[in-house]
Amino acid sequence: MTQAVLAIRQLSAAYGKVEALSNINLSVGEGQIVTVIGPNGAGKTTLLSAAIGLLPSKGNIEFDGVLEAQPEVEHLVGRGLILVPEKRELFSEMSVEDNLILGAFQRHRAGHRDAAATLQQVYDLFPRLKERRHQHAGTLSGGERQMLAVGRALMAKPRLLMLDEPSLGLAPLIVREIFRIIAELRQRGVSILLVEQNARAALQVADYAYVLENGRTAMEGPASQLRDDPRVIETYLGLGGKHQDLLST
Amino acid sequence: MDLQIALILGQDGITNGAIYALLALALVLVFAVTRVIFIPQGEFVAYGALTMATLQTGAAPATIWLLVVLGVMVALLDGIRAARSKRNDRLINILLWNLAYPLLLLAILFLLPLAKLPLLIQMLLTLGIIVPMGPMLYRLVYQPLADASVLILLILSVALHLSLVGLGLLFFGAEGQRTPAFSEASFDLGALTVSGQTLVVVFTSLACITALYFFFERTLYGKALRATAINRVGARLMGIRPALAGKITFFVATLIGAFSGVLIAPITTIYYDTGFLIGLKGFVAAIIGGLASYPLAALGALLVGLLEAFSSFWASEYKEVIVFTLIIPVLLWRSLKSTQVEDEE
Repeated sequence: MTQAVLAIRQLSAAYGKVEALSNINLSVGEGQIVTVIGPNGAGKTTLLSAAIGLLPSKGNIEFDGVLEAQPEVEHLVGRGLILVPEKRELFSEMSVEDNLILGAFQRHRAGHRDAAATLQQVYDLFPRLKERRHQHAGTLSGGERQMLAVGRALMAKPRLLMLDEPSLGLAPLIVREIFRIIAELRQRGVSILLVEQNARAALQVADYAYVLENGRTAMEGPASQLRDDPRVIETYLGLGGKHQDLLST
Repeated sequence: MDLQIALILGQDGITNGAIYALLALALVLVFAVTRVIFIPQGEFVAYGALTMATLQTGAAPATIWLLVVLGVMVALLDGIRAARSKRNDRLINILLWNLAYPLLLLAILFLLPLAKLPLLIQMLLTLGIIVPMGPMLYRLVYQPLADASVLILLILSVALHLSLVGLGLLFFGAEGQRTPAFSEASFDLGALTVSGQTLVVVFTSLACITALYFFFERTLYGKALRATAINRVGARLMGIRPALAGKITFFVATLIGAFSGVLIAPITTIYYDTGFLIGLKGFVAAIIGGLASYPLAALGALLVGLLEAFSSFWASEYKEVIVFTLIIPVLLWRSLKSTQVEDEE
């Protein structure tokens, strides 16, 4: 495999005494899309939260070749690890454009004054956001909110973008649009760690995949292999989902 | 009461109201960003006024020593941490702001002929001494417990308030002080005589409010503070540290507090403990705005100022009682009107 942007080894995390993750090993290579699929409550969101330091965890997290002994959100964000959380966490009473500009806050602090150019790129990718740039983020539709969350993350020029359920609660056509954009981001050299319940679409777009069940890695392998694995088909893809196939391609 | 008295009272009310408005805005800001109910705000008003008055007598105000001590404490706490993690750029920054700056100011205060300096320089020196205390106190008092509940943060505020009042007595003594007016001019407008001092207070307050508006609407750091107030997790994911947001907020709040003190010192005699009542009136105004709305808080402040002025005419012994009683109908009305706030998504 190419050099890993993110390497997680023996990661465990717990909510009180309830262990939510145990001994997870995961790695995302340069320019790859890696997906983590699994049922509700498998620990997917916990994995992302622990990786970025929102939750305390045990184990090794190595980002961009540096071991993070005590992962801290703001520090990791400064180094280019960006999370688009499941709840989006937008600044709802601020305009779309202000939300985007704040995405580049850490870069501004580090002395990079290129937010205007990045903003233009994000608007090119999401023309919809440009149309609504003066509107409050809270007035956007679900799909637009997701676009804004992704756009805001891109403003930070991530080395690795972690997307938590980007298709959650969105209409099928918008889901398709979101996955088209994920594929396009890879073209631009952004590495992506994608957590999804929509396993079909995630396995279409990803290079490598992990299946998480009850906080443990149940399966892993190249996405193209897992797509044809009978256990995955039975549990996550199901039969009679052909129309989903059509929508997600 | 005839028209002339009403106009004079109205002028008084608006002047005080303008200062309460500044304080109320600072309280709303601090609560929104850090969830701290900033009771010590009033002490910064008193410190500002009394430091200014001490400078005008030609002595170095004792508050500079407080700044030096706080600076040393912060430098020790943060400096050791930065040195351990070998972040030299941060270490230099910490030492510069918390050690070098207070000591430099100390030297300036002992070298310059303070009483002879122009009013503006005295004012800048006052702000230079008081304002950096805000971020330092945030670092020392609030930051270690930043994630605690609103109640615990309130208890911290009360403790800090009492300590600062005590230090105020130590620094300035029990005597009240008053500074000369910024302007002796007065203008006749029909039945009304407008004093230059009133105009100075009202216009600088308006200028401050406008500056705050631009800070929050136009600058990245202002937006970062708003973002932290709206969504803490979201802000952290943008790399905005709650500690940084807290320090900037306290900087702005202390600036407003000390500046209000300088503005109010020529109007009222300020004692070491006067700040509390002034701050509390700003607090009543902030409550009218639900600790959330800036325009409502500013309007509330005007209301508080006018109510105070007119009640001091009709029932001067009860003027504080009347002003603080205002909070009860406001809270009743708010609790009847408010709806359950639901979480996003």
